[in-house]
Amino acid sequence: MVAGGFGVGKTTFVGAVSEINPLRTEAVMTSASAGIDDLTHTGDKTTTTVAMDFGRITLDQDLILYLFGTPGQDRFWFMWDDLVRGAIGAIVLVDTRRLADCFPAVDYFENSGLPFVIALNGFDGNQPYNPDEVREALQIGPDTPIITTDARHRADAKSALITLVEHALMARLR
Amino acid sequence: MATPPGGSSSGNWSYGPGQGQNDGSQNPNRYNFPSAPSQRRQQPYAPQGPQGPGPSPYDQPPAPRIQPVQPQRRSPEPSPAGAANNPLVRPYAMTGGRTRPRYQLAIEALVHTTAQPHQMQGQLPEHQRICNLCREIKSVAEISALLTIPLGVARILVADLAEAGLVAIHQPGGDENAGGQPDVTLLERVLSGLRKL
Repeated sequence: MVAGGFGVGKTTFVGAVSEINPLRTEAVMTSASAGIDDLTHTGDKTTTTVAMDFGRITLDQDLILYLFGTPGQDRFWFMWDDLVRGAIGAIVLVDTRRLADCFPAVDYFENSGLPFVIALNGFDGNQPYNPDEVREALQIGPDTPIITTDARHRADAKSALITLVEHALMARLR
Repeated sequence: MATPPGGSSSGNWSYGPGQGQNDGSQNPNRYNFPSAPSQRRQQPYAPQGPQGPGPSPYDQPPAPRIQPVQPQRRSPEPSPAGAANNPLVRPYAMTGGRTRPRYQLAIEALVHTTAQPHQMQGQLPEHQRICNLCREIKSVAEISALLTIPLGVARILVADLAEAGLVAIHQPGGDENAGGQPDVTLLERVLSGLRKL
């Protein structure tokens, strides 16, 4: 899973390392969302959709890795619950200029127990804060890796994925 | 998420208790929002067949691997105000109004057509499109995206095809004792595969 706030580069990250152009799947919320979605001012709108981008990497003849970018809006937790099951782990992309945007994702993965790493996406190649500063700011324990990345570059995205799987493996062996 | 199409003997996962959308005490969904129709997991997908470590799922018809679930007979949901005037075709029209699949399919479950062309005659157009797409192996997510069918609808249509014996489904591997999380062997394979990229 690739999580993070709106516009942090989730789809860019998926696209950098996916063998296909990222695809988009949509789930439809119907009357189940009544009372959650305020439809008062939207007249006839009775459905709303939540989109999710994803990519795939064929690792072996019989092994395919799917990368799902989580829906950015916090209220689509139900989609996350679906994705967590069977997931190896999550990369939480962080734009350090908008640190608070990643709080919901970090909280979610801490609660769900899914292994995650935090990847600081350097916009315009800048990393204004180093991982130690972010670790302190986010109150992240020493076990969770914090790395810097550039979501536009395949090598960076691949390296972030390797860090995540190594971390997930360590968590399983512990 | 990693899905080995070959499938392990424990290649099915179950949606255990405590994962339901309405269990506020254990649910990470702290806000307890209502779920989309496809999310309801009241029918656990639990492999109960006698198959132990056996031949590859490719070698056997898919039907015995899947525990059929009775189609849900639900009372019609109250129509939201204004629905009668909505000119659009409702997304679940092509499923005959059903909002739950007969089996729980993982979003990354792989689907592969086993049907011969003559078997496709008389099938619904959407079913035929899925079969045509899945001549090469595809995930449920890809079917949804490539055919622009909402995810919940794609799950129902794929489950229909599986029940009719027209597609084989390979649910992702996972350690059922660990809530369906990938086991160590799978993680090691993924890591090795990523390093070779």
